[in-house]
Amino acid sequence: MSHPLAVKTENLGRIYKIRNNRKEKQRELVALENVNLEIREGELFGLLGPNGAGKTTLIKILTTLLAPTSGKAWVAGLDVTRQPAEVRKRINMVSGGETSGYGLLTVRENLWMFAQFYGIPSAEANRRIKKLAEIVGIADRLNTKSSDLSTGLRQKMNIIRGFLTDPEVLFLDEPTLGLDVGASRDVRSFIRRWMDENPHRTLLLTTHYMVEADELCDRVAIINQGRVLACDTPAHLKQNLRHEVFFQVWVVAPHLLEDFAFLQINGVKHFHQSPEEDSLRLDITLEEEAVLSEVINELTAQSARILRLEKREPTLEDVFVQLVGQRMEEVENVAVPAD
Amino acid sequence: MSQFPPIEIKRSGWQLFLMTVIGRSYPRVVGMQRERSWLFFDVFLPLLSVAAYVFVYRAIGAPEDYVGFVVVGGAMTAFWMNVLWSMSSQLYWEKEQGNLALYIISPAPMMAILLGMAVGGLFATLLRAIAIIAVGSLIFNVTYAVSSFWQLIAVFSLSMVALYGLGMMSASVFLLLSREAWHLANLAMEPVYLVSGMYFPVKNLGFWAAAAASVIPLTLGLDAMRQLVFASGPTLGFLSVETEILILIILSVVFVTSARYLLAYVERLAVREGRLTENRR
Repeated sequence: MSHPLAVKTENLGRIYKIRNNRKEKQRELVALENVNLEIREGELFGLLGPNGAGKTTLIKILTTLLAPTSGKAWVAGLDVTRQPAEVRKRINMVSGGETSGYGLLTVRENLWMFAQFYGIPSAEANRRIKKLAEIVGIADRLNTKSSDLSTGLRQKMNIIRGFLTDPEVLFLDEPTLGLDVGASRDVRSFIRRWMDENPHRTLLLTTHYMVEADELCDRVAIINQGRVLACDTPAHLKQNLRHEVFFQVWVVAPHLLEDFAFLQINGVKHFHQSPEEDSLRLDITLEEEAVLSEVINELTAQSARILRLEKREPTLEDVFVQLVGQRMEEVENVAVPAD
Repeated sequence: MSQFPPIEIKRSGWQLFLMTVIGRSYPRVVGMQRERSWLFFDVFLPLLSVAAYVFVYRAIGAPEDYVGFVVVGGAMTAFWMNVLWSMSSQLYWEKEQGNLALYIISPAPMMAILLGMAVGGLFATLLRAIAIIAVGSLIFNVTYAVSSFWQLIAVFSLSMVALYGLGMMSASVFLLLSREAWHLANLAMEPVYLVSGMYFPVKNLGFWAAAAASVIPLTLGLDAMRQLVFASGPTLGFLSVETEILILIILSVVFVTSARYLLAYVERLAVREGRLTENRR
């Protein structure tokens, strides 16, 4: 059965012209380059990439906030640059960490105000606000001024704002950014329930949390430096790594290990160490399991004592490493922000 | 049973426009009254400036109606402050807060959002202006002699339409100027007090200076109101009330129409250049 497309982009690109001060010559920053995506109606689609990859730029174009400098984009079959008014009737957007609304108004009043901008009659708006607040667990905060809300509660209010208008296509830009584990779980569960209820709803989610994308999304596009590197279901993306072996090792060592020595070993595809409280966590990708003994020898040579060793299933993070050659956090540390 | 049933009715057209105006005016009509500090900052502080002028006028033996001129001018100052800080620079602040992007992606017309800001601001400021006039008149014993109640309402209404139209128009310009808008607003504050004759009859500036100052709707609005509510008003007036009403009508049409086109232009430009949600581009 074929599904109509909720979102389509064709060679989409965006170049920013920037300069830090008036005297400086303008330079160009490529935020998006030749992005071709097709998101089917009813899909929960994830855009996965490090900060500065171009995810937010893509969302801004699709929500009519930004014009592309090349290519085209359609939302619900409508051209975002030629028919922005029609697109706006069908969409909504929630961003992580947003501080929208007015602090002097209560949660209920803020949500009611935004409902008015979508033409939802007051009675209907208030009914839906009450219902959604019960579902996300902030019904007892409806009469609290939004300035008095914690970050997590505020984000729940933002989530309600996005879902309140029952959009055909909803854009969630890092919706769990800055939330604690419990609040993130609540938000994810809410998103899944909303999607499961109506096959015509489409959701585009950007995140740099691999687990979130893996848990929620029907399909995922991995994006880095403005380009889409891969697009498939999480299972298929991970399946491509089935010939590789992944280990996590926790060691105690007198100093940081010499990465180079491990990467020299024939069969070691990736080696990354992250300091934890009392140990070092090593993420190692091998071409085959037999190489592990050489890795252990090298650990011993560098005076590292193994505390724990686990073989694990590949994750989307591993897919990202395979595509980019670095972990997402490594990319973020050197990336020029394009978002 | 569905937990998230679809919405059966979504208004559009003029109904959406009206709902947006009401929705956006709500934070100002209701929210602004929740901070009780406005009674001090928005009523007591302007009265200090009024008092300074009153004492100067009394010390030099100016006609007693000048005291009333100052009280009315002090009340109208509240509208100028509101237009400058809560209209002109508002879209910039909305951008900083993250609201502007949400306004733009909604089906609500941006003119309705701006009008909502204006209506809400006008209502909230009206309360403050009434309080200034009431307290000021009581303290300084001002007597009024209204010659035409209907003309007074017409002048006030037209002044407000033109003034808030100017605010809506400048909101778009300030949006593009980003942080520099703050300096521009500061720059526009004090000189306008002078050239619009907030605390003295604008006629004293001389014909050409007063004529140039008439671009600011407060100038003619204030002059006409003084002519209509004080016995000596007509002798101190700049132009006849009828002429001032006519000019205010023209200013209203020009500012509101310009606001509409400028807003559409600025939105297109901002979308093209990426300035709606970013400051660094």
